[in-house]
Amino acid sequence: MDVILFLIFALIAVVCAINVVIQTHPISSALSLVGVMGSLAVLYLLLGAEFIAAAQVIVYAGAIMVLFIFVIMLLNAGAETRKGRSYLIPGAPLLIVFLGLMAYYVQRMFPGSTMVRFGGFQGGGPRDIGTALFTTYLLPFEVTSILILVAIIGAIVLARKEIE
Amino acid sequence: MELLDSFIFISIIKAAVIFAVLMTTLAYLQWVERKVIAHVQVRPGPYRVGPHGLLQPLADVIKLLTKEDLLPPYVNKPLYLLAPFLAITMALLSISVIPFGPEIKVGPVTTWMQLTDLNVGVLFILAVSSMGVYGIALAGWASNNKYALIGGLRSSAQMISYELPMSLAIAAPLLISNTLSLRQLVETQAGGIFNWNILHGPFPQIVSFVIFMIAAFAETNRVPFDLPEAENELVAGFHTEYSSMKFASFFMAEYSNMITVSALATLLFLGGWMAPWPTAYGSSLVPTFIFAVAGVTALYHGVNATRKRDKVTFPVFGIIFLVIAGVFLLPVVQSWLLPLFWFAAKTGAILFLFMWVRATLPRFRYDQLMGFTWKFLFPAAMLNLLVTSFLVAWTTK
Amino acid sequence: MMTAVPISWFLTLSAILFALGVAGFLFRRNIITVFMSIELMLNAVNLSFVTFSYQHKEVSGHLFTFFVMVVAAAEAAVGLAIILTVFKNRSTLNIDDVNSMKN
Repeated sequence: MDVILFLIFALIAVVCAINVVIQTHPISSALSLVGVMGSLAVLYLLLGAEFIAAAQVIVYAGAIMVLFIFVIMLLNAGAETRKGRSYLIPGAPLLIVFLGLMAYYVQRMFPGSTMVRFGGFQGGGPRDIGTALFTTYLLPFEVTSILILVAIIGAIVLARKEIE
Repeated sequence: MELLDSFIFISIIKAAVIFAVLMTTLAYLQWVERKVIAHVQVRPGPYRVGPHGLLQPLADVIKLLTKEDLLPPYVNKPLYLLAPFLAITMALLSISVIPFGPEIKVGPVTTWMQLTDLNVGVLFILAVSSMGVYGIALAGWASNNKYALIGGLRSSAQMISYELPMSLAIAAPLLISNTLSLRQLVETQAGGIFNWNILHGPFPQIVSFVIFMIAAFAETNRVPFDLPEAENELVAGFHTEYSSMKFASFFMAEYSNMITVSALATLLFLGGWMAPWPTAYGSSLVPTFIFAVAGVTALYHGVNATRKRDKVTFPVFGIIFLVIAGVFLLPVVQSWLLPLFWFAAKTGAILFLFMWVRATLPRFRYDQLMGFTWKFLFPAAMLNLLVTSFLVAWTTK
Repeated sequence: MMTAVPISWFLTLSAILFALGVAGFLFRRNIITVFMSIELMLNAVNLSFVTFSYQHKEVSGHLFTFFVMVVAAAEAAVGLAIILTVFKNRSTLNIDDVNSMKN
């Protein structure tokens, strides 16, 4: 059952990722990226990361990608016209060979020692994340809040209308 | 017996029951809304189609199904077809984690009155409502119509802006209840009205409730925040180019979202399916009392009716209400009917609030709406969360 | 093997997604698509973090994922603001055309 779930959602993730790279219109790429994030959220659930799965959908698929889609709609970005010669013909086989080699070496480095079962890792709930976040990782947490503040100020300054 | 006890079979039955009840509730919620708005405006509302307009939703469904399902040639076909599907799927998905009652025994099977309980249930509802923004944004874009696009963008910007105060207003009672699972959230509020999160704890969550309700009005695109979809603004906003069943999907999605946020408010603040005072002091007689009063009133109005039709319909309704009052007294159904009654009563009260506000308030302008959330509601929600967490930390050993 | 997934499969998936992100980043001309390929790479890395967190039965991997998500959000906000400004000035989203250096 876990294998079937993994295969289905891994396949959806890879197909959507290929779609992100191949599609000409940015909206289709953005929606395919939402598909990748959704299937990754399911894979996180399989790995016992319930809080991260929910955070992935809320933050990534539900806020960041909405921001991307807003910008694409506001700028009315049209489909990309391909000028010049396409790099796809030498690029795609090279990519597949590279991926094959990487997959082979990854398989050799991690022989079937750890098997992932649904429910194998119980420590990914909100209580565990909260405990670690506010004890061991308190400094990075505070620093990320300052990072978000800087990003907010930067985005507002860059995107506001200049007062003549 | 093995088949009846299996998880998949029980879940399928529960899903079918919840879906059927939800669809009927959606249709009749529209009837209730029209009646409430009509009576606020001192007019009868739907009256002729069936007794007191009760078959009006059926007439509306038949009208929507038989209308010409237009596919305009200038729209972006894949996104045009995907948008209402996304909207209604996300709206219906969030009902699957809401508990309607405690554990009950139906025949040989013991099960909870909830489709599934996740231990990140609150986050699941937030995640699904974040995904619901896509239905509206894509509907506006796919329609290839500048009014629909602006309506869609405004509506999505409003929804994601109001998600922030809503999440902070949800976080405050979670500090008191200490759990994200909706079932346990209700169980921590057991023991009467002063244990409900709105009145309990080191800091009664009244401010959180108000902020949550305001944010919920904006999340579901209801008055006074319904500028993006109002009929006299922007030519009906993001669903201008939609007709028939796709239009109906958007409206079903909106009402379903209303039910979800009302149910969430009930679970977070008003104690879910718990009765306000313990059964030992007679709280199980309250539904009987309410329905008996309704039945007697209906009978009284039936006897003194002015319109000829009312001489028949009111007494019939009176008798039906008295029969329902009697049903609440039977001990065999009380174990599941009473919690369901309390849940439905609380959720129904909040839904009535939605409709009451719609009949009463004018709508905000878009810049007033966005300024309100970023300059007032979000800081207020943060301040509320700070005060709650300070008081909880101070009073917890 | 029929009931559990070997951990190397997750890592291979992460590698595939990362490579596709790199390919999109190098080959595409539209700046928003390039940005989305960066997000795809970040997601692939998140999957690696969570997988290794499962292997060592630690929660630290989840926390790193959390921080990566926060950084990605901040980067997306500022990056899209920059894209809007560039579009206002150059009226094009093609990264080959925002080259004002002499050839």
